[in-house]
Amino acid sequence: MALRPCNRDTANMLDLSEQEIAALLLSLKIAAWSSVLSCPPAIVIGWMLARFQFAGKALLDGLIHLPLVLPPIVPGYLLLLLLGNNGLMGRWLNQHFGISVAFSWRGAVLASMVMAFPLMVRAVRLSVAAIDPRLENAARTLGANPLLVFFSITLPLAAPGILAGVVLGFSRSLGEFGATITFVGNIEGETRTLPLAIYTATQMPGGDDQAARLVVLSMLLALAALAGSELLSRKLHPKTAN
Amino acid sequence: MLDINITLVRGDFTLTAKLHSTALVTGLFGPSGVGKSSLLQGIAGLVKPRQGYMAIAGDTLYCSAKGINLPPHRRRIGFVFQDALLFPHLTVRNNLLYGYRQLSARERRLSLEAVVAILEIGSLLDKSPQHLSGGEKQRVGLGRALLSSPRLLLLDEPLASLDERLKQQILPFLLRIRDELQMPMLYVSHALPEIRYLTEHIVGIRSGFIDSTMPFSSYAEPSDNHANN
Repeated sequence: MALRPCNRDTANMLDLSEQEIAALLLSLKIAAWSSVLSCPPAIVIGWMLARFQFAGKALLDGLIHLPLVLPPIVPGYLLLLLLGNNGLMGRWLNQHFGISVAFSWRGAVLASMVMAFPLMVRAVRLSVAAIDPRLENAARTLGANPLLVFFSITLPLAAPGILAGVVLGFSRSLGEFGATITFVGNIEGETRTLPLAIYTATQMPGGDDQAARLVVLSMLLALAALAGSELLSRKLHPKTAN
Repeated sequence: MLDINITLVRGDFTLTAKLHSTALVTGLFGPSGVGKSSLLQGIAGLVKPRQGYMAIAGDTLYCSAKGINLPPHRRRIGFVFQDALLFPHLTVRNNLLYGYRQLSARERRLSLEAVVAILEIGSLLDKSPQHLSGGEKQRVGLGRALLSSPRLLLLDEPLASLDERLKQQILPFLLRIRDELQMPMLYVSHALPEIRYLTEHIVGIRSGFIDSTMPFSSYAEPSDNHANN
């Protein structure tokens, strides 16, 4: 592991090994899937929490926010009990559909989603709650049905907040550690994301160099995500971003 | 034209409204906080009455006995708000066309060009609402409602947030809408001169109570002292 083939062709200043590049790409893949899959349900639930009163609202709110306050190992362990190959749902899924998420990158996506979801829901909820509901009423009097009001008024006005939530969720997914290692383990090339690779390096004698490179890489990635979101939000709302 | 008999309850406030009018423009006069806005929201379908019925031009909008309650987007009733409520993420042009685009070609009774000409807002079309003055916003809000080809235009204190000079600039536009477009309007204000400028058909409102069959003077006289500004 400590042996690093020098791949000059990939012109990287950090001189990353193939395993490190694999960890980076895997992290990006998992975080991207997690963000894309979380976004639609986070928008719907955040919007519902901001705009409606319904039975069980407090319970739903509490359940969604639970991963934010629990030690990450708890949701990870619960996922394992539920969806592990011998888990309640996992066994059934495996027997009937041949689907197995435990110890695969798909499981890591699931763990990331559970952990990032509350952040995204919060961002959506806050940005929808900040929209003057009278604007939506105005649209209704102009002949827009509820679906059109949502897509033409609510969603565009909430877009900067939703985007911030997606970036937050993406970053949270990149940093996911506890739930991931509990649910899907630390398998090189399959579930060993950047944080898990850093952890592995720190556990190895002489792994400090590798850990340092991965730490710098993580910081660059986080900065890039923040810069990207800033750029996007300026493009979306050039007039309000001053 | 207007045939309304409803009871509206909002919190601990109850409004009983009997409003029958055949006039093109009906004025609804009364001080702030007596339920004028609630009535307009009820007519537009944004607030559901406790009971009663509402019809415009013989078409039922709401009837508690028959279980009819048309949603706002199917009522074809335009609403002009006190603070315009332009959509901040759309240009003036797209604000104006928002309702227009929901209509089939057959339902469109006014063109963008006609409305822009009447309200003299041609130079504003590509601006963002944030860059408009109060009077400009109000004219665009008026145009946006007109372009949705409403059967009735509700105006909720449309001039209340403007200063005297701007009021005098907007009022002639309202006259043009009445005379050139023959647009039925229900005009709500706490300023009697504004209403008188547009119509002689005035209904008074007292706290929680509207009845168009009662002579207006019986409302106006006792409340004149604190409602004449």
